[in-house]
Amino acid sequence: MTRPLGKDLLGLEPLSGDQIRLILDTAEPFKEISERAIKKVPTLRGATIVNLFFEASTRTRVSFEFAEKRLSADTVNVAASGSSVSKGETLVDTARNLEAMRIDMVVIRHGASGAARFLADRIESNVINAGDGTHEHPTQGLLDLLTLRDYFKRLAGLKICIVGDVLHSRVARSNIWGLTKMGAEVAVCGPRSLLPSAIEEMGVTVFDRVEAAIEWADALNILRLQLERMQAGYIPSLREYNRVFGVSRERLERAKRDVLILHPGPMNRGVEIDSDVADGPFSVILNQVTNGVAVRMAVLYLLSGGRPELAEAAKKSGGER
Amino acid sequence: MSDLLLTGGRVIDPSQSLDATADVLIVNGTIEAIGPRVASHAENRDGLETIDCAGLVIAPGFVDVHCHLREPGREEVETIATGARAAAAGGFTAVCAMPNTDPVTDNQAAVGFIIRQATLANASRVYPIGAVSLGQRGDALAEFGEMVGAGAVAVSDDGKPVASAHMMRTALEYARTFGIPVADHCEEPTLAKGGAMNEGIVSARLGLKGIPSEAEEIMAIRDILLARLTGGHVHLCHMSTRGSVELIRWGKDRGINVTAEVCPHHISLTEDAVEGYDTNAKMNPPLRTADDVAALQEAVRDGTIDLIATDHAPHHYDEKEREFADAPNGVIGLETALAVNITWLVASDVINLPTLIERMSCAPARVFKLPGGTLRRGAPADVTVFDPALEWVVDPATFRSKGRNTPYSGKTLKGRARLTLVGGRTVYRDGV
Repeated sequence: MTRPLGKDLLGLEPLSGDQIRLILDTAEPFKEISERAIKKVPTLRGATIVNLFFEASTRTRVSFEFAEKRLSADTVNVAASGSSVSKGETLVDTARNLEAMRIDMVVIRHGASGAARFLADRIESNVINAGDGTHEHPTQGLLDLLTLRDYFKRLAGLKICIVGDVLHSRVARSNIWGLTKMGAEVAVCGPRSLLPSAIEEMGVTVFDRVEAAIEWADALNILRLQLERMQAGYIPSLREYNRVFGVSRERLERAKRDVLILHPGPMNRGVEIDSDVADGPFSVILNQVTNGVAVRMAVLYLLSGGRPELAEAAKKSGGER
Repeated sequence: MSDLLLTGGRVIDPSQSLDATADVLIVNGTIEAIGPRVASHAENRDGLETIDCAGLVIAPGFVDVHCHLREPGREEVETIATGARAAAAGGFTAVCAMPNTDPVTDNQAAVGFIIRQATLANASRVYPIGAVSLGQRGDALAEFGEMVGAGAVAVSDDGKPVASAHMMRTALEYARTFGIPVADHCEEPTLAKGGAMNEGIVSARLGLKGIPSEAEEIMAIRDILLARLTGGHVHLCHMSTRGSVELIRWGKDRGINVTAEVCPHHISLTEDAVEGYDTNAKMNPPLRTADDVAALQEAVRDGTIDLIATDHAPHHYDEKEREFADAPNGVIGLETALAVNITWLVASDVINLPTLIERMSCAPARVFKLPGGTLRRGAPADVTVFDPALEWVVDPATFRSKGRNTPYSGKTLKGRARLTLVGGRTVYRDGV
């Protein structure tokens, strides 16, 4: 069995540019499945996958579930509330119990950084990180890359600015690793109180003013600003955040060229992004969601031992696993 | 207890500037004689046991002014007896137990309990440290006088910083009456809140909340200034940053009564050890950068840092086997301290063996005004015999401590205790 990605997908930092390119290329043929009337291929028939979500999630959980079901896997969703987790079971015990049920893969979303790695180190099953604390959210990073590549036909040399709460963002970290490994230039822009103090050491440029970031960038990836950040004293108010860092149509129109707009969602309209930007002609926010399913199908396929060169055939016959 | 003759060892006792191959004669639990020809004079004594120490170092027993023995309250994690035996196995003849027990060691009865348990354990000596404030809550002073009367040797709210500058000032003033140091865990609580590791590139990458060096340094300089204000003796626990070293140097240059300790993990490991979310690399203060390690090593060499203490902090393995942010802080150290110090300080030529013994034995005894730290004639025979060259692989399963939470598991270290004597009584012996 080939394992071009290794056993798990825990983040984009450990991956090489070639591995990332492989996932994106593998996602291409899978895009088409979701456009069919009957959106199902037998590729992962007989595989059992647990979606283990310790944090609330709609978009990511549904996207994974569609990816799994369109590949014909048997899936079970476990939410933290209503499971033994809420009765105080430790993560290691949860892991061992799942393992004892002989599952093939676990998709985990957890509030603690490192939780996916923790699980992966302790069970034989493939583990896919669907977001761990403020660490990484690799499939989100991948779908952002795929969306950018769809539009620009390349990633190398692109200038991408991540705008907002980088400090608490796993999406930002996965984007920084993924984009830099693919040869893009990455910048971040946000209040310094919401940027890691060592951010420059991650190989990115920092813009203090969003106007300058817009002037520089080919695309903006605008992060959700959590209301809790204001309550925790990182910024004084959402109103001022919007005035200083909000991406508005007016700010975009002042730029010399068009800037593509991405957002991992869910959006706070009128806070980090104005509605006419989110719904505007350069927004690819819904393309991101569509690509999310294809990227996750590619990751599931590759981790399960699917051979990349057979991905095209796999969607017809079930392929070799 | 038989009289002992330790022959042919390299006797290093910085308290009397001694470093020579010699014999050590111990009679009735005290040092009777040290010299090159002691053996020939002592041969005919009745009941004398001779131990060949050729190739080994004979030193005054190590003294650890900072460890957590968890009793009362968490006896499943460590007891005074298991801690005292671990100390003996590590070459420590005396350790000071921090008061963050349950209940907190904040009164004379609690101090007396620790003394009793230590007596029953009959291993290395255990000196209690009393709390600064009742319940370590930081709002009312504990009764220093009664605790000292019962056997406490210092006060500390360790684990929790004394957040109130007024409380710290009062503690330093009040402690002067009894001639004891106030040992402080330097951490500005609002700045460190929620932090799980050093703030820097590794925390940024791992997505863990960082604790900046300044959280320690702000409290270190506050404490130094309060020592200047009060004339009290402040002892700064487990210093971890270059900035702290510079502040201590500043204070000492001005004659301020400040002493400081560093832990073996802070002079050997960096924040890189957290990579992979290894909870055995989680402690407070956190592992810092290579630059901090270099500054701390230099401070041990030049004496800015007075002494090395373990901050031995056992935890149950279940507690460490969890998400990094939720795992408790702390690592055990009694049984690895000597080897870590030899491996990272002596073998790499930062300091020599006499300086190491000064920092692990003489200085801690002197700073905390404890017996020990010397092999002078007539002193209680608290003696450590160790092999400075022996290489061994750390296997936590072999520890006397109940704790297994060490970041050195599987590592090859150099140097190991062979014989530990407390008042002339053998409390640990292996291979001699």
